Amino acid sequence: MAAVSFRNVRKRYGELQVIHGVNVEIADGEFIVILGPSGCGKSTLLRMVAGLEAITAGEIAIGERVVNHLEPKDRDIAMVFQNYALYPHMSVYDNMAYGLRIRGLSKSDIDARVKRAAAILELGELLQRRPRQLSGGQRQRVAMGRAIVREPAAFLFDEPLSNLDAKLRVQMRAELQALHRRLGTTSLYVTHDQVEAMTLADRMIVMNAGRAEQIGAPLEVYARPATTFVAGFIGSPPMNLIPQRRGEREVLLGVRPEHLEPCSAAEAALTVDIDLVEPLGSDTLVYGHLAASNGAGARVAVRLHQSVDARTGHLAVRFDPAKAHYFDAASGAHLAD
Amino acid sequence: MVENRPWVTFFSHAVLVLGVLTIAFPLYVTFIASTHTLEAIMQAPMPLLPGDRFVENFTQVLTAGSTKGSKAAAAQMLVNSLVMALVIPLGKTVISIISAFAIVYFRFPLRMFFFWMIFVTLMLPVEVRIIPTFKVISDLGMLNSYAGLTIPLIASATATFLFRQFFMTVPDELAEAARVDGAGPMRFFRDVLLPLSKTTMAALFVIQFIYGWNQYLWPLLITTDESMYTTVIGIKRMIVGGDAANEWNLIMATAMLAMLPPALVVVLMQKWFVKGLVETEK
Repeated sequence: MAAVSFRNVRKRYGELQVIHGVNVEIADGEFIVILGPSGCGKSTLLRMVAGLEAITAGEIAIGERVVNHLEPKDRDIAMVFQNYALYPHMSVYDNMAYGLRIRGLSKSDIDARVKRAAAILELGELLQRRPRQLSGGQRQRVAMGRAIVREPAAFLFDEPLSNLDAKLRVQMRAELQALHRRLGTTSLYVTHDQVEAMTLADRMIVMNAGRAEQIGAPLEVYARPATTFVAGFIGSPPMNLIPQRRGEREVLLGVRPEHLEPCSAAEAALTVDIDLVEPLGSDTLVYGHLAASNGAGARVAVRLHQSVDARTGHLAVRFDPAKAHYFDAASGAHLAD
Repeated sequence: MVENRPWVTFFSHAVLVLGVLTIAFPLYVTFIASTHTLEAIMQAPMPLLPGDRFVENFTQVLTAGSTKGSKAAAAQMLVNSLVMALVIPLGKTVISIISAFAIVYFRFPLRMFFFWMIFVTLMLPVEVRIIPTFKVISDLGMLNSYAGLTIPLIASATATFLFRQFFMTVPDELAEAARVDGAGPMRFFRDVLLPLSKTTMAALFVIQFIYGWNQYLWPLLITTDESMYTTVIGIKRMIVGGDAANEWNLIMATAMLAMLPPALVVVLMQKWFVKGLVETEK
């Protein structure tokens, strides 16, 4: 196991810069989720750790070693790919044993490691099967088994759950969590799914257009987004951003849909013209736009804990000023209160 | 299509039966002719039921050839054809799979230039370059040899292209996973690509076996020694002059022998052949 450090890491394809200097220190045993929309550079960042992409500038260190110029096999990492990348012509056993054989471990060592990983992942019955005879969830587990047997310093996961159906994804997410608790190996996990990020991460790195917009614990990021991008990316529906004027300054007021509560017209901080109501059972989502009196028709979502009958009309809401955020309208940066 | 229109069904079956007859009848006539004496088949109309000379005719061509035309024994010709039909596919497979591996998985200077050079040779069949090739082979002293029969036909753009297309469908992640597992390029080639290419190789083998077996113009040019004749050339050399001068029964027997091995290869390898063309194990 080992810590992983990114020191001003950059990546450039010809003229096109895709990673603009990422700095982060990952502690030994930490589970880090790299979260962002497609094309933000999150997979590139992970592949640079794996050694599958060259590092244009800066340094990546695993443990004490700077690994910039090491081959993937010498970096002491294991990677789980989005499409699993199992060798189709090998049995589950051979898929897991292949890397160990190349490293020249003895037969009995390999056997012991594969059996142990198979026991952890409940793959014991499937060791002689071929990948195509397995279900998606089982393939996913074999891919994880192939990573575990290496006993690496760090696990790298590249959107490992996105090829699974919704139900299985929830189940595998729990298994991943249990696995990390059991093995305690430093893990880097790339995803575009904020629920995966919120549930799995010790800390998460929210990436946007090749920059790390915010690095922090999930609840901290949720409670205090550093930029409008983070505010708009995390949470479903995302934080409401309402243009306002604070003295001479153009600002954006940020309030999460669940922090808006209905009130009488007299107490109302905002009045919403309802466009759409989505009853979800546990709560109700109301989408609308602001009445012309406050804000120029900005779109607003409200999460209510009671059901509403109205499909149209007005909804008066208020919010606790302590839960409101202000962002600079031009830069998107969070403004100190 | 599920339709109940009797006339359409009847018509489509009639066309199919007609098609089968068009192909099968000449084959049948060949077989019948190979079981009669020459006198019997020179009558008009020729008999359409098997005669009693099957064993005699086939023994004669296998051991001694014809009496009027070439006297090369078909047994030796079958061996020569077999050598050609095996060495060409094997050579093509080995060379093509390695060049396709280089083109798909390595970045070297002028990579696309070399790819296009290989690709362009697709446009140049043996017949077009046959005179210069003949000159080269003759200067190298390879006339009347297995090397001369096979080497000029081994280089293959088609096979290289086929393997390239197959390699392009292998997910990049597989190569990356192998890299993370510590497999170098040649190890990845041996442990992952080769086993995955099995069905493609089988399909290629069937096609190229038939290609090698049926070669006509090239062996015709470079074999003058009877012991180096291939079966197809043997048939040609048995035909010496006008219709009556030829021993058609023996020629037909040799033709039967020439048809059998490709048919056998197709029938026996059919499962693999179809698999290789339609399905990939990924």
